[in-house]
Amino acid sequence: MDKTIDAIINNYNRDKNRLMDILIDTQDTLGCVPDSAAEQIADALDISKVDLEQTLSFYHFFSKEQRGKYTVYLNNSAVANMYGRKEVARIFEEEAGCKFGEVTKDGLIGLFDTSCIGMNDQEPAALINGVVFTMLTPYRVRELVKGMRKGLKVEELLRTGYGDGNNSSPLIRSAVNNHIMEKGPVLSEDYVPGDAIKKIIKLDPAEVIEEVKNSNIRGRGGAGFPTGLKWDFCRRAKDKRRFVFCNADEGEPGTFKDRVILTERPRLLFEGMAVAAYAIGAAEGILYLRYEYKYLKKFLENILDEMRSKNLLGKNIASKKGFDFDIRIQLGAGAYVCGEESALIESAEGKRGEPRDRPPFPVEKGYLGHPTVVNNVETLCSVVKVMLYGGEWYRSFGTDESTGTKLLCVSGDCHYPGVYELEWGFSVADILEMVGAENVQAVQVGGPSGTCIGPDGFERILGYEDLATGGSLIIIGPHRDVLRDIVLNFMDFFIEESCGSCTPCRTLPVAIREKLIKIIEGRGVMQDLMDIERWRFIMKVNRCGLGHTALNPVLSTLKNLRHLYLDLIQKEVEYDTGFRLDEAVKEGKLVTNRT
Amino acid sequence: MAQTIKFTIDGVECTAKKGQYIVDAATENHIYIPTLCNIPGVKPRGSCRICSVRVNGRMMTACTTPVSEGMEIENKDPDIEDIRKAIIELMFTEGNHFCPSCEKSGNCELQALAYRYQMLAPRFKFMFPKRRLEATHPKLIKDHNRCILCKRCIRAIKDEEGHSLFAFARRGHNVEIIIDTKYSKNMTDEQAREAADICPVGAILVKERAYTDPIGKRKYDKQPIGSDIENL
Ligand SMILES: Cc1cc2nc3c(=O)[nH]c(=O)nc-3n(C[C@H](O)[C@H](O)[C@H](O)COP(=O)(O)O)c2cc1C
Ligand code: SF4
Ligand code: SF4
Repeated sequence: MDKTIDAIINNYNRDKNRLMDILIDTQDTLGCVPDSAAEQIADALDISKVDLEQTLSFYHFFSKEQRGKYTVYLNNSAVANMYGRKEVARIFEEEAGCKFGEVTKDGLIGLFDTSCIGMNDQEPAALINGVVFTMLTPYRVRELVKGMRKGLKVEELLRTGYGDGNNSSPLIRSAVNNHIMEKGPVLSEDYVPGDAIKKIIKLDPAEVIEEVKNSNIRGRGGAGFPTGLKWDFCRRAKDKRRFVFCNADEGEPGTFKDRVILTERPRLLFEGMAVAAYAIGAAEGILYLRYEYKYLKKFLENILDEMRSKNLLGKNIASKKGFDFDIRIQLGAGAYVCGEESALIESAEGKRGEPRDRPPFPVEKGYLGHPTVVNNVETLCSVVKVMLYGGEWYRSFGTDESTGTKLLCVSGDCHYPGVYELEWGFSVADILEMVGAENVQAVQVGGPSGTCIGPDGFERILGYEDLATGGSLIIIGPHRDVLRDIVLNFMDFFIEESCGSCTPCRTLPVAIREKLIKIIEGRGVMQDLMDIERWRFIMKVNRCGLGHTALNPVLSTLKNLRHLYLDLIQKEVEYDTGFRLDEAVKEGKLVTNRT
Repeated sequence: MAQTIKFTIDGVECTAKKGQYIVDAATENHIYIPTLCNIPGVKPRGSCRICSVRVNGRMMTACTTPVSEGMEIENKDPDIEDIRKAIIELMFTEGNHFCPSCEKSGNCELQALAYRYQMLAPRFKFMFPKRRLEATHPKLIKDHNRCILCKRCIRAIKDEEGHSLFAFARRGHNVEIIIDTKYSKNMTDEQAREAADICPVGAILVKERAYTDPIGKRKYDKQPIGSDIENL
């Protein structure tokens, strides 16, 4: 028995619901979770080893084998590629002497791909042993590998200096930049922590919910569910042990605003969680933080301590008898689908991030079976301002259906990428002008799961009534190959990130990807386009939003940028099986030694 | 006594006990909704999606959704039936299914559904994945080629203390069923048979059993899957 592992398990009270934390700490200590450790943990928690592996093998950042003394996770999002990822990756392979997906023979360097790490405005970016490296260039990569060969600490490899704002504070010390371009109610400096708490404790929880309803605020995580209504459902649940979850998984490629809020307005967020707790009657809160943002954990824990010492968290908050609420941070381990609220809860319970069947909804049966409200980082922050200045004030921003402001994350081909907090209701054209983007070919609104629009859609407005978005806006310049560089990349993303539970979600995107490649290579026919448009309906029976939107990259370009497809398909051929004689006989030719 | 409620399936008036899942309620009303991952009496998981029905305009899995008063369920709608057929085709193209040589042929629910839905050539391309045939286990053979990843084995087969014998590994189109070596060592013959029987296809086989029923005596030889429910 390994004593260190045992100490880790004890640290979490031998609780199988804390399996994620146990695996994360084990991997931090040993560099991976080897079979011996897996066995020891499974035995200590009295679960089968396959149950442990079920969790372990689900998450992208867990490994049973060593992934190198320096483990490089290079983001492979579409925007990273726009900014030269390919060359950066090539130099990494050349200098390290191994391919992506491999570790060097001496065990020094491991190179791996990873889905969007929330740095789209400073790509190409990589995580090396958890430390974020941004704006990589071939030159920087050569320096990095040299430093690794010298045995430098990862922190010592950060030669570019620290980023703006709190990014350079002692507890973060990261090269990440905030790039805040426009401020509004959420990002405004005009905020005194605790003011909202002091105000709400004079109100009845039902009155708090009423005010939130009055603001008409809807969830900022993408799905846009009315926040007041969600809280109301949870409050009405019979079970009195309730939870507030903040969803900081921020996995939709091109979204990075929650990272900026966590860095610059953490008190506002935690106060928002306390407001939600007061409204629904919860005593326990969990911030689910994606693994990619682990570099913020110490900083955030320090803020939590500070708020406890100021009686803004803990027992009898702000001296209000019976208002008890505290927050712990739960780390993820790399899985986009864990942003889906029920998968998030499963993951926080130490399981695979597989979405649950609904009903029951989390507000009825959530974390450990108790009523749970899950809200996005930005939603919780906005609610604090609603409570401070009133729902009516909040409604003065935005449109009738989409009230308030939205933090937009702009990346891609423009002069000023970054975070813009704007009222809902701006047109895409307004925003393109604001961010300095010219001759734009297309804009991806809401990330891969959203919509791709061409110039004839630029007058459309951002809001739940037209173009809804969780924040991601990716600008695609005139010189890009949309199908190859964007759409194919997004399809790969969904194929990589599906949890694998539902038959259509697990299989159909793979079939559609094959068709897409056929089209890109000039072998497509009209029938292929028709097939894709007909097969889309099969995806409607998937369990969660990932499965519902996984074909959107193809479907929305097929609808809004149809000419891209029409230009590529074979005009005179009506039907093409996709069969390629040369491919089919390749193996046979090799075996028989014929050419 | 449980409260009785009224609802409709394709316009036909039905009754059920409150809280019953749609699938079970439909069965009691002699209406067949196809299922693959469902095991009556075991907590449902909604993974194969073949039982999807339209409930008040939204697609829901009938195995996981309880009926409620006044619910309007669409089941036989041509669009829904086509989606189900597509799911069967996806299952055939996702794995490697060679029915003529399979021990489960004739007793296989996937094959039976393909007949019921008159599947000829699937509309999707075969993926011909490279999958393992695992025979290291003392009692079982696991043929991953035939696994449709329905999770029945995971949910139904546990040891006496509730330890899992089967589990899911990895994610997306790389998922695979894994068998626990420690706890499955104590598997009884009866449990092994139970595991093979619970599997809707021929992905779990009991060693040294092979073909049991002659042609003509197999479950779906004479009548299509679901007809027992419809002709009750
Ligand atoms: C595949 C998938 C990924 C998601 N990722 C996130 C995410 O990273 N952050 C988030 O807040 N919501 C995400 N959501 C939406 C959540 O399920 C949920 O609606 C949201 O957290 C609720 O908070 P809100 O109402 O404040 O938006 C995701 C949904 C799906 C289907
Ligand atoms: S739709 Fe996809 S990601 Fe969502 S539960 Fe089903 S398989 Fe998992
Ligand atoms: S082995 Fe059989 S029961 Fe288990 S998941 Fe595969 S098909 Fe289903």
